Amino acid sequence: MAEGKTESPGPKKRGPYISSITSQSVNVVIRGVVLFFIGVFLALVLNLLQIQRNVTLFPPDVVTSIFSSAWWVPPCCGTASAVIGLLYPCIDRHLGEPHKFKREWSSVMRCVAVFVGINHASAKVDFDNNFQFSLTLAALSVGLWWTFDRSRSGFGLGVGIAFLATVVTQLLVYNGVYQYTSPDFLYVRSWLPCIFFAGGITMGNIGRQLAMYECKVIPEKSHQE
Amino acid sequence: MLLHPSPNCSLRAENLVHVHFKEEIGIAELIPLVTTYIILFAYIYFSTRKIDMVKSKWGLALAAVVTVLSSLLMSVGLCTLFGLTPTLNGGEIFPYLVVVIGLENVLVLTKSVVSTPVDLEVKLRIAQGLSSESWSIMKNMATELGIILIGYFTLVPAIQEFCLFAVVGLVSDFFLQMLFFTTVLSIDIRRMELADLNKRLPPESCLPSAKPVGRPARYERQLAVRPSMPHTITLQPSSFRNLRLPKRLRVIYFLARTRLAQRLIMAGTVVWIGILVYTDPAGLRTYLAAQVTEQSPLGEGSLGPMPVPSGVLPASHPDPAFSIFPPDAPKLPENQTLPGELPEHAVPEGVHDSRAPEVTWGPEDEELWRKLSFRHWPTLFNYYNITLAKRYISLLPVIPVTLRLNPREALEGRHPQDGRSAWAPPESLPAGLWEAASKGPGGTQAHGDITLYKVAALGLAAGIVLVLLLLCLYRVLCPRNYGQPGGGPGRRRRGELPCDDYGYAPPETEIVPLVLRGHLMDIECLASDGMLLVSCCLAGQVCVWDAQTGDCLTRIPRPGSRRDSCGGGAFETQENWERLSDGGKTSPEEPGDSPPLRHRPRGPAQPSLFGDQPDLTCLIDTNFSVQLPPEPTQPEPRHRTGCGRSRDSGYDFSRLVQRVYQEEGLAAAQVPALRPPSPGSPLPQASQEEGAELEKGSPPLAWAPNTAGSIWSLELQGNLIVVGRSSGRLEVWDAIEGMLCCSNEEVSSGITALVFLDRRIVAARLNGSLDFFSLETHTSLSPLQFRGTPGRGSSPSSSVYSSSNTVACHLTHTVPCAHQKPITALRAAAGRLVTGSQDHTLRVFRLEDSCCLFTLQGHSGAITTVYIDQTMVLASGGQDGAICLWDVLTGSRVSHTFAHRGDVTSLTCTTSCVISSGLDDLINIWDRSTGIKLYSIQQDLGCGASLGVISDNLLVTGGQGCVSFWDLNYGDLLQTVYLGKNSEAQPARQILVLDNAAIVCNFGSELSLVYVPSVLEKLD
Repeated sequence: MAEGKTESPGPKKRGPYISSITSQSVNVVIRGVVLFFIGVFLALVLNLLQIQRNVTLFPPDVVTSIFSSAWWVPPCCGTASAVIGLLYPCIDRHLGEPHKFKREWSSVMRCVAVFVGINHASAKVDFDNNFQFSLTLAALSVGLWWTFDRSRSGFGLGVGIAFLATVVTQLLVYNGVYQYTSPDFLYVRSWLPCIFFAGGITMGNIGRQLAMYECKVIPEKSHQE
Repeated sequence: MLLHPSPNCSLRAENLVHVHFKEEIGIAELIPLVTTYIILFAYIYFSTRKIDMVKSKWGLALAAVVTVLSSLLMSVGLCTLFGLTPTLNGGEIFPYLVVVIGLENVLVLTKSVVSTPVDLEVKLRIAQGLSSESWSIMKNMATELGIILIGYFTLVPAIQEFCLFAVVGLVSDFFLQMLFFTTVLSIDIRRMELADLNKRLPPESCLPSAKPVGRPARYERQLAVRPSMPHTITLQPSSFRNLRLPKRLRVIYFLARTRLAQRLIMAGTVVWIGILVYTDPAGLRTYLAAQVTEQSPLGEGSLGPMPVPSGVLPASHPDPAFSIFPPDAPKLPENQTLPGELPEHAVPEGVHDSRAPEVTWGPEDEELWRKLSFRHWPTLFNYYNITLAKRYISLLPVIPVTLRLNPREALEGRHPQDGRSAWAPPESLPAGLWEAASKGPGGTQAHGDITLYKVAALGLAAGIVLVLLLLCLYRVLCPRNYGQPGGGPGRRRRGELPCDDYGYAPPETEIVPLVLRGHLMDIECLASDGMLLVSCCLAGQVCVWDAQTGDCLTRIPRPGSRRDSCGGGAFETQENWERLSDGGKTSPEEPGDSPPLRHRPRGPAQPSLFGDQPDLTCLIDTNFSVQLPPEPTQPEPRHRTGCGRSRDSGYDFSRLVQRVYQEEGLAAAQVPALRPPSPGSPLPQASQEEGAELEKGSPPLAWAPNTAGSIWSLELQGNLIVVGRSSGRLEVWDAIEGMLCCSNEEVSSGITALVFLDRRIVAARLNGSLDFFSLETHTSLSPLQFRGTPGRGSSPSSSVYSSSNTVACHLTHTVPCAHQKPITALRAAAGRLVTGSQDHTLRVFRLEDSCCLFTLQGHSGAITTVYIDQTMVLASGGQDGAICLWDVLTGSRVSHTFAHRGDVTSLTCTTSCVISSGLDDLINIWDRSTGIKLYSIQQDLGCGASLGVISDNLLVTGGQGCVSFWDLNYGDLLQTVYLGKNSEAQPARQILVLDNAAIVCNFGSELSLVYVPSVLEKLD
């Protein structure tokens, strides 16, 4: 778990050496791997948070509670985050408007913290009804986008991701492949898009930051050669 | 003890509430927590990594983190103070609070302050940085507050609580940023500047003696100089200031001096803490009360446990352990520790009677335990060493019981402190007592709402008052253009009274300065030794004045000038005797006279034709006036252009030279001077009779042949005038007789600066060479008291040697290439000679053997002015606007400050400060030991360089037709003296401080003598 976390500043330190001997495609692969691990890590942690919501109903076995859900959920999340994290800078490049707003690691960290906080709140806070809950989460997610992204492409992509991921999850649940711990199905469905939206924004932020680092390193490399 | 179930209440099984507790915190719960903390630390790391260009990154990062953390602490404290019981897990929401509050403002602030120009003062840098970021900081804060307010209206209790914490934290974070972090930042920047100074010192200055040497030297100089500069003025700053200050400043200074505000705050804090300790529920008072309770005999032993003061639980309780309340627990003493919150468990004791009073229980009383903090039960059970992990507690429904007791028993059974407690009215019936107790919480609920509104209104009002107060303080204390470089008073308009920083203009004086008239052109060079004053105008005429009376003693016209007809009224009647020279019979004029200098187009230097034989005689004139010829062939336009630039831009070569001489005249005043032979002439006396006698008996004065050169430098000591001409000729004149004693013209390069010190003359030439001359007299000198002035007895007077022999001037040593470029500044003191040149370097020579000791490098422009005093502290200013302080003993640079935009034109030191003036018409006063700018004075246009220091705390500056006196320690304008009738007078371009504290300004073609004591008499 912790190693996945320390992975995120990793390429920054190794960046010059790696990029001096590798090409851009290798760089993309490295970014994808980093994003994958971040996604896996976040999925595990957030899953744990969701389990804690009804912690008294579960046996206190830690390991089984972590892996109580299906084994393929974290890798899926990791893959999805890698795709999203690579997609955001790619779309930025294609749209020709490089993202300039708050391009710093501290801002990215803040974004991740707020994302975890949204999950935390959705796991821990008691709401009166589901409507209020999902409304609050939606407001929080949009606030996250406004605070850390503010780009139309980011918003559109986030909405698309949220929609797609919700549909996929619904299909999975309908087919009985996957089941939530909580039987309240409607309840789950209401907050899912908001979480996906916020997650998409967050992963896009991380991916943009990594990509910006690559952009900064590669001219250096060409300058060296 | 009899307990009866209340008839209006029934025990319902469904009212049983079980509160389950989780197991001890496990790894599964720790992982998200650890994750959030890791993210928090990564955030802090990446944030503080951006802090750059500061002295101590770690210190500043720590300050930033401390700012955020303490703002969170403040928010928690404030919320608790206003009655909010935290229900959230603090450890869980803490990282989110930090992230929401954020370090952004701090970083933005640091960045903008650091990116302000480095050469500014620290407070100006802070002010500029703050003002440039104020809008974005305010905008961000308003945005965040808006978001949080939206979050508050979700009406979810947990989120509301979080938002409340965040709002208070944001506001207190803003407060701390402005008042705490900015301070830390300014300290850090100042540290960085000091470190930079240390770093820039040359390696040979690694001797630790730089500062320690400077300090004792300062004190030494204070001791040494005081007796040698006997001023009749003694300024006592305190009484002085009381007289001069405007009222509001006096109040502020009084407050500052007595530290009144600090002491009041301190006393208030102490009192507040005392009250807090005394009234705190867990504090001193209850502790004392508990002590009293334990020692006092209990009323009846049968009464059961006494009510325990809240918060203080008995350490050895009779009921050691029970995890679940038994349903029929007759006495639950610990429940009484919270009398306002747990009335449902309040089982009355001392039951004697069974008469049932009417006690009403509402349904709201059943759920009162829900208002408790979620940590209440674990904390409570912690006192009994019981862990609640994986267990549950059951809250039983309330069983109201009634008991009957008569008033006397109730009074006896009461706790002695109960009479003062709020919820037990002393004279109520027992039934009423319990009713009040049970009704209490509902009442406080409604009351609490009103209190909340009151507090909110009060807080709003307090905020508005605070803002208004700050605004008023800003208006009162800060000048309009605070925060802009070169602040201080705006440039005065013409005719407006000069005023100080606060717009305070002292009254004008009525004293009339003594005006010395006689020059036809603008006066260019001035020199004085305290007794005599020598001035030289653009026409080449040299006048010798008595500095005490303002009489003109001698006139030395331009050599080679024709005697011409000139208006007879040129001379004033106050010049009651004068020796006039007649230059008409001198050798023909040679107009082109000077080698090329930077600002002056010049013809080739011409050798003089006649050497130094005096070939002409001067006629003596008595009271009728004899005019000095205005010379049409003279290059006045050239001078005009040369000086015109100086008037515009402030830089003039000759002015630098003159300043050297001004200072030199002071420094050399105590050195005995030689008197040239003046056979048959008695000494000039101050009295008119003697003067009259003198003028009759005085011989014709001899005049030098034309030497083809305008006077570039002038020096006076005793009654010898040393004149350096543009042709490279050095002449020594007798000031009284007006005779040329000797001359030397071995080198044809113009003499740009002269030092005349202790029978030694040093001439700096245009080609960068230095010539050391020595004056020798060939017969024994008979020292005579020159015009015995009683006031100067203590100081070594410039006793004049009367001799019948000639003075010879020998070239003893020549440093052929002291500098690669023309020498622009030359000063000597303490056996050292310092030259500053246009080649950006300074050189220090020893006067005795003219050996070069140091070459000081550090300026990035031509040296324009140099100051050295007896304490071997050397200050230099250059065209780069920088002022360097050097230690002459080690040759190391003590400090380096960017002082002015443009050239530094003049530089003077006192024992405590350095005064510099620049082309930006500012006079800056710096602290000499720390190099921090104390304040600055805005000068009139073109008067930038005119300043003089009379004593350690009196500064004179020139203005448009006036001179102003300033208190050096505080920067207050003391007095302004107008020199002419009309305010459209010419600016006072030079100020020369004489030994007897009179000031001479060259005021167009006139000189004005202003006696400082008159100013001080006015003040007293």
